[in-house]
Amino acid sequence: MKLIGKALKFEDNISTDLIIPGRYFHLRTDLQELAKHVLEDADPDLAKKVQKGDFVVAGKNFGMGSSREHAAIVIKLTGVSAVLAKSFARIFYRNAVNIGLPVLELDTNGIDEGNELEVDLSRGIVFNKTKKFEMRVKPLPKVMVNILEDGGLVAHIKKHRDFKLD
Amino acid sequence: MGKTIAEKILSEHSNKDAYANDIVVANIDIAFVQDGTGPLTIQELQKLGKEEVFNSNRTMLFIDHAAPSPREELSNAHSILRNFAKKTGVRLYEIGAGISHQILIEDHVNPGEVIVGADSHTCTSGAMGAFATGMGSTDIAIAMALGKTWFRVPETFRINIDGKLSRGVYSKDLMLHFIGIIKADGATYKSLEFAGETIENMIMSERLTLANMAVETGAKTGLIASDKKTKQFLEQQGRGNRFKTIRSDEDAIYERNIDIDASNIVPMVSAPYAVDNVKTVEKVTGIKVDQVFIGTCTNGRLEDLRVVAEYLKGKKKHVDTRLIVAPASRTVYFQAIKEGIIQILVEAGALIFPPGCGACVGIHGGILGNNEVCLSTQNRNFKGRMGNPRGEIYLCSPATAAISAIKGEITDPRERI
Repeated sequence: MKLIGKALKFEDNISTDLIIPGRYFHLRTDLQELAKHVLEDADPDLAKKVQKGDFVVAGKNFGMGSSREHAAIVIKLTGVSAVLAKSFARIFYRNAVNIGLPVLELDTNGIDEGNELEVDLSRGIVFNKTKKFEMRVKPLPKVMVNILEDGGLVAHIKKHRDFKLD
Repeated sequence: MGKTIAEKILSEHSNKDAYANDIVVANIDIAFVQDGTGPLTIQELQKLGKEEVFNSNRTMLFIDHAAPSPREELSNAHSILRNFAKKTGVRLYEIGAGISHQILIEDHVNPGEVIVGADSHTCTSGAMGAFATGMGSTDIAIAMALGKTWFRVPETFRINIDGKLSRGVYSKDLMLHFIGIIKADGATYKSLEFAGETIENMIMSERLTLANMAVETGAKTGLIASDKKTKQFLEQQGRGNRFKTIRSDEDAIYERNIDIDASNIVPMVSAPYAVDNVKTVEKVTGIKVDQVFIGTCTNGRLEDLRVVAEYLKGKKKHVDTRLIVAPASRTVYFQAIKEGIIQILVEAGALIFPPGCGACVGIHGGILGNNEVCLSTQNRNFKGRMGNPRGEIYLCSPATAAISAIKGEITDPRERI
């Protein structure tokens, strides 16, 4: 599957407190409303400028901090099709896969804000259409590929009645 | 081939000879959620068509983040948890019972167990020699339904700590020092094993502070071998019979060995807006403090409150500084009353909050104003953490917090008044 969109660039160590601040804790049961505040403390205009298919592109340790899965969910709800980062905090990484949001680990230095990207999920390749070069994504463990392909963890368990490791 | 603590526990729980980097499905002993993550877990369980859990005695719901509820939306979220508890028979800890991690240690966790919780500081229980780790709501929903989850067995960083901590220096300072070295992603998906004579001499409360903050280095869990001190603690809690020795083998393979001399460590803080932005207290002395917060799963235990009371006895907090104290659990609160600690704190001008997480997470109580500075014993100082991205949070030990509350500015706790 190929995804096409533009890059929304963020720095290193984007915490889950930046993605969905604690002051919106009460909106966790109203995710559409919560999504209006996604990453607001990192980029106050993000909710306005994000377009369906865009990619969140960040430095290292994206999603550090709390276990709040709502952070991954609201990123997906805004229409973002994948998160690309140099590395991810592991709870966020699992959460994203569990809810069907692709998370791609690669060197994001060559991607600038607004660059047009084409992501080939099955081949693990990111093509920067603006700068015309290709990058390879670090592969996910097989169990995570299976979960993503099944459309998230609940669907995965419904389908296999267990974790499918290989 | 020898095994680390993580490899041993995950081998035993997956009936496999598991080593670092293996993917295993492991049985779990305890699964839990809190009020911020629980409603989503219950929603996902319903999508799965499940109305029962793998073991209702070892599945728990904690209402600790917004306790008591400050808003109708949160009251409604709490109702979801209460109804689920009634239907399934799982244990619900109501408002005022305290913070999940503290209650787990007091009442439930035993060495060698696998603990998963929908809260990132689940790693706290690692101090008991349990493989404890935080996950998201959906992972916990599946863990609750199946009684198992998948893991990639983590590689281990062994942290060897020797030497005696100086007077006025605590395990919090040691952990901040360590985080300053390793950085916020330096141990991503690793298991940390804290060992050495300094750890052997630490009581459980101090060990819990180390394990609690393992996740601030990106680690999967922070483990300490079970020993005499663990046994003593379990006996005090009335479950000495659940003690079991769990330690890494002599020939276990560590990805990294890190040596720390505890005797060189001085009081530390994490400066805004990162836990790994670590400085000595000396470097930030004199910064005016609007609010001091003492509590949380990191440093809200009885032993912490005793230290605070030592500093505050017969003293008053600074007139321009607000002092908020939240005991980590009802048990801690009650014991602090019995020991006269609460009276000392209230006389010093402290406001006592109900046991819970609220202020640390910026949900309610103690929200910072623009450009205000808070000195806190909690574990995170990210932008926006205490409810306002224009507020600043410094992290420190209970001793540094207490003396700074008196002086109204960040003060070295070795400078006894």
